[in-house]
Amino acid sequence: MTESKVAIAFLLNEEPCEVSFAPHKTLLEVLREDLGLTGTKHGCELGECGTCTVLLDDQPVLSCLVLGQACAGRSVHTIEGMAGAALHPLQTAFADLGAAQCGYCTPAFLLAAQALLAHNPNPSRDEIKQALAGNLCRCTGYIKIYEAVELAAAWMRGEHATAPKEALYGRR
Amino acid sequence: MAGGKKRADRRTGGRADERPVTARPPDRPTAHSSLRVIGRALRKVDAVSKVTGATKFADDLALPRMLYAKLLRSPHPHARIVNIDTSRAAALDGVKAVLTGKDLPIPFGILPVSQDEHALCVDTVRFIGDPVAAVAATTEEAATAALDLIHVTYEPLRAIASAEDAIAHAEPRIHDYGDSGNLHKLINLEFGDVEEGFAEASVIREDLFFFEGNTHLPMEQHAAVADWSADGKVTLWSSTQTPHYVHRALAKVLELPAARIRVIATPNGGGFGGKSDPFNHEIAVAKFALLTGRPVKITLTREEVFYCHRGRHPTLMAVKTGVTRDGAITAMHFRSLLDGGGYGSYGVASTYYTGALQTVTYPIKHYKFQGARAFTNKPPCGPKRGHGTPQPRFALEVHLDKISEDLGIDPAELRLKHLQPADSLTANYLRVGSMGLGECIRKVVAGSGWREKFKRLPHGRGVGLACSSYLSGAGLPIYWNHMPHSGVQLKCDRSGGVTVFCGSTDIGQGSDSILAYITAEVLGVDPFDIRIVTADTDLTPVDLGSYSSRVTLMSGNAALQAAERAREIILPHAARKLEVPMTRIAFAGGRVFDVENPERGMSFAEAVQSAESAVGTVGTVGSYTPPKSAGRYRGAGVGPSPAYSYSACVAEVDVDPATGIVRVPTIWIAHDVGRCINAATAIGQVEGSVYMGLGEALMEEMTYRENRQVVHKFPSMLEYKSPTTLEMCDVVTYIVEDPDPNGPYGAKEVGQGPLLPVMPAVANAVYDAVGVRIDEVPITPEKVLKALKHKHKGETPRYGPSAFPDVPWPEPTRVPPPWEGGDGKARDHAATLAGGVREERQH
Repeated sequence: MTESKVAIAFLLNEEPCEVSFAPHKTLLEVLREDLGLTGTKHGCELGECGTCTVLLDDQPVLSCLVLGQACAGRSVHTIEGMAGAALHPLQTAFADLGAAQCGYCTPAFLLAAQALLAHNPNPSRDEIKQALAGNLCRCTGYIKIYEAVELAAAWMRGEHATAPKEALYGRR
Repeated sequence: MAGGKKRADRRTGGRADERPVTARPPDRPTAHSSLRVIGRALRKVDAVSKVTGATKFADDLALPRMLYAKLLRSPHPHARIVNIDTSRAAALDGVKAVLTGKDLPIPFGILPVSQDEHALCVDTVRFIGDPVAAVAATTEEAATAALDLIHVTYEPLRAIASAEDAIAHAEPRIHDYGDSGNLHKLINLEFGDVEEGFAEASVIREDLFFFEGNTHLPMEQHAAVADWSADGKVTLWSSTQTPHYVHRALAKVLELPAARIRVIATPNGGGFGGKSDPFNHEIAVAKFALLTGRPVKITLTREEVFYCHRGRHPTLMAVKTGVTRDGAITAMHFRSLLDGGGYGSYGVASTYYTGALQTVTYPIKHYKFQGARAFTNKPPCGPKRGHGTPQPRFALEVHLDKISEDLGIDPAELRLKHLQPADSLTANYLRVGSMGLGECIRKVVAGSGWREKFKRLPHGRGVGLACSSYLSGAGLPIYWNHMPHSGVQLKCDRSGGVTVFCGSTDIGQGSDSILAYITAEVLGVDPFDIRIVTADTDLTPVDLGSYSSRVTLMSGNAALQAAERAREIILPHAARKLEVPMTRIAFAGGRVFDVENPERGMSFAEAVQSAESAVGTVGTVGSYTPPKSAGRYRGAGVGPSPAYSYSACVAEVDVDPATGIVRVPTIWIAHDVGRCINAATAIGQVEGSVYMGLGEALMEEMTYRENRQVVHKFPSMLEYKSPTTLEMCDVVTYIVEDPDPNGPYGAKEVGQGPLLPVMPAVANAVYDAVGVRIDEVPITPEKVLKALKHKHKGETPRYGPSAFPDVPWPEPTRVPPPWEGGDGKARDHAATLAGGVREERQH
């Protein structure tokens, strides 16, 4: 019942990484089970929910649909690599606005948003919706997520922005 | 939340900025100065761990030598198990243990009256997906392969496919208990003489509604890890909303002393009610850990999550209401028929809830409720956000929209004219405290431009209004007793550290943060310096669980009491040391000081040290028990709450008459939360509720192919439609604060109530847009087109149910309402219970 493992080398969160795993394993399984990086979550393992999103060569992919072997020699970014000494602006904005409720889909949304902002630093609300349409969230109704992406985008453009008062306090 | 000044620094880094700046003492602090933490839009205490992916959910746990478990599930909706042969599976390489029903023969269930589940089916399977055997193996692959080697011989039985089918076919019985044949529960309650009430009415209207079942769909699949230690103790980590009840079920089924079982609820990756029952898989892994002496994990597949279900009951409803010319309700007769699925779950409570909260929004002079729950061969239904109340609220609010049209009164005006008064008792003996519904209606009417839009938008565009109310926790526990519903222990140590221990479970709603904010407010410390230890049956006092919107009010009150007691312990010693009268001492900004001379003070740590030197270790407890409910009749246990929240909602819709597609650009919603403990998380709960309500209104349905063996139509996220970013509407949220004396700082619930008015508001808006009534959710394009077709043919412009079947109702329990001299008891003495209401004592 034991298959021989395969070994690959790739760039994981900007660092060289070598890992061996059963050849049928998906990138999701390799990350979580063989590398112990459990920040990448799963909601269906069928490519339906977006929860397992990571960046492969800077593009968002569903890690449950990517074979681990297909990542040899490529670059993978996961949530564990997002914060440096400080939080990434997207993480700060998500935390400040309450864009993470249960937090289970959050790593995927953060990475999908990071990919969006990398090529579109000033996205409209509709562009944010389009970019995140493959990620399901059952807690937030997405609104705090949009607001957080907009706030982080402003900070990343160097603007002195604050969250809209209604976003934090509602209307009275 | 940090002020704008800190923002620029945050972008460029600096660890110090990763924590939000919290309350500082005001320039001229006084002992009774305004709140420093409560009401602010602070981060949640676990926000950073959530955004860095550091939070450990149940499936993220791994222990050395851990085994993996899998469940074999029934392919039949209803069958007798003739034989199970597990010998080939047990012999497979890597398989360490196999379990069947006979290994776990003791039944369990969340309610004392419905102990009808087994960890693995013993002799009967009751739905496709019902677990019959379990395997634990060294790898998930081996466990999965072993399932294929288990041979089960079934003798199929006739499947009961719907509630109507259950009424028509008393046999074969799905369970050997219940009120009649395949009817699990029958309720008949009458508060005053409804016929007399109808005789007083100027207009009587009767409508039928159907609310399709739907499911929670949490992003996290259920998972659990069990570990057995050599000292004879078992630990279960599980994504559960109710560790206390899982603890009880494990003790019962495993026949172990509860003291040897530890249940730890991991942070839930979404719950919404779907992780509130003790589950088969939790018991199976605990048993495997006992048998193998090794840690055992199970993670359900998404398909299996659909089989766990416990979601919204499909509910058929008939509502008949008599009103005066100005819209006062003289009588209401409400009937509901719930399709319960294969097991009891919370179903008895769900059934009562379909009749309980009609009375708390608008006065109802005479009220009659008849409710029935059927057993059917489908995954069990249970509590989903709003638990049993969204269905009747949908019916009631659409029904009222029709009544307002019959009377020629604006729907908003009709409701504003007839609001249940604050501090009142309803016909069914629910005690309403603060009541902010009027203000909620005024907010959404003004904000949405209701008066300019209602009946005035072009064809295809419309607005609809609806209101609702929900509990801030159930007034009675599931197991009847006199103990607190929530407990907190609080420790202040000489370093100035504060630790709060509470059994409550954070499911993303922020309950851990609530404990921190309230404690911080009282002790004047930074909430982010407080250590929160929750949801661990070994370490934390009991909190009943994250259900019925109870946690902020109940654990919040317990934390408030514990923190105030700690303050009382510290205060005299700090005052003595500062040589200041106790009345002048304030706790704020991490200091304890003289309000008249703020320079004269000490750090909180020094204050704790002075107390510890004088009286020893500083620790306190707090607990909360809801006030006694007023109703004393059988059934009065469901509905009472320490406080009711209120919501009003206006939905604007675009209906395409050619396709029937309904789009919702904007929803305006106002919610009376009593008081926000954290404004941002309250808004988040409102927006999330609107989102979930929108899904129920337009697309979510848990349906089955009834003529094909009751197979679930779509146990996958691809086909179970839920709103993505592209379907979600804009939400304009108004927070109404009408502090309730029973809530901590006046707080009421916000996690469930705002879902309720969304479905009826959308349905009412569809009528305003294209003139057809869709008396059934979800409001799919197909239904809209059918109704439009009826309209064009000159038939009744409506889509919805056309009949309510004959149900063998029992004799009514007659309870005179308060205004007829009633005292909360039933006329018939047998239906009155002393000491509140309960279904059955825990045995």
